[in-house]
Amino acid sequence: MSAGSESGVAASQRPPVAPAVHYVLRYADTCLVHAQRLGEWCGHAPVLEEDIALANLALDLLGQARSLLTRAGEIEGHGRDENRLAYWRDEHEFFNLTLAELPLRRPSGQAAGGDFADTVVRNLLLSCWLHEAWRGLQSSCDDDLAAIAAKAVKESRYHREHAAGWVVRLGDGSDESHRRMAAALDRAWPYTAEMFARDTVEAVAEAGGLGPARDTLRTAWLAAVRPVLAEATLAMPEETPFVSTGSAGVHSEHLGYLLAEMQVLQRRHPGGRW
Amino acid sequence: MTMSDEWPLWEVFVRPKAGLDHRHCGSLHAADAKMALELAREVYTRRQEGVSLWVVRSSDITASDPGDKDMYFDPMADKVYRHPTFYQLPDAVDHM
Repeated sequence: MSAGSESGVAASQRPPVAPAVHYVLRYADTCLVHAQRLGEWCGHAPVLEEDIALANLALDLLGQARSLLTRAGEIEGHGRDENRLAYWRDEHEFFNLTLAELPLRRPSGQAAGGDFADTVVRNLLLSCWLHEAWRGLQSSCDDDLAAIAAKAVKESRYHREHAAGWVVRLGDGSDESHRRMAAALDRAWPYTAEMFARDTVEAVAEAGGLGPARDTLRTAWLAAVRPVLAEATLAMPEETPFVSTGSAGVHSEHLGYLLAEMQVLQRRHPGGRW
Repeated sequence: MTMSDEWPLWEVFVRPKAGLDHRHCGSLHAADAKMALELAREVYTRRQEGVSLWVVRSSDITASDPGDKDMYFDPMADKVYRHPTFYQLPDAVDHM
């Protein structure tokens, strides 16, 4: 396979993806990027058993990403398989939520990273979102997507429980854990608006029966998140007008570093196998 | 009772499938019972070891003292009549 371009077309000239493909990639990329971030904790988590748990979560998400990427490539019909999509797309071609790419364990750019509270909060917010998405996708007109969702919904149900347990224990914990959880929640909350932002891609998917438009996930998501925050004695932050744009391909400064690390091996040794 | 910085220790038992018994497979530290169960799932069922988990606080387990092994278990050695090997089953029911 040639490195980086398809049939001689440069990256900047490549036509945008079809809405159906864009829609599937939003979920595929969110799972992939979140898996990559969770993987950073491997060997470094505060508790041995939780280290294994985070790795298991990451593997579940990676499995979901692989299935979705494969399906997206098939729907697209240009011969791009999961590896091509994961390792050879550039930032503007990734459609994950910005929330997933924000630093977690390690510093990125000017962001400090390293607070376990961020991981715990993000796991709750994302797993509740993905769970609602999987539930809706089970009735997709695309049989493969429906099958992927049927398997993933079992995983996301566990992810939600796991995350909620930590949010409650740390939120309703010591003064220090509560303070850190509140700060982490404040940091993450502005990025949740994007989870429910309606646009053409969502509308087309909904109209075609491919899957739910994400604005329809909001009610169920709040119904899942609100009681957990309440039990954790954490106040739900205020809504702000800010909407992040990762799912439109416009990313924060952090995704570039993440992709550089994730893709370097494939790009340095194209088609490498071991 | 001494205070510890460490979370309590829990013993984990896994049952491979319905009808068999839970077997001890290891231990882990967890803050409470629910976390112990979740972490047991994470740590001890990675290779599909089972379908059911028990977690028990290690401090709730009372174990026999290895030093008492002779006293506790040797007297059984000469009571072979307790084993069912001496019974002859009639042919009509000898397919157990």
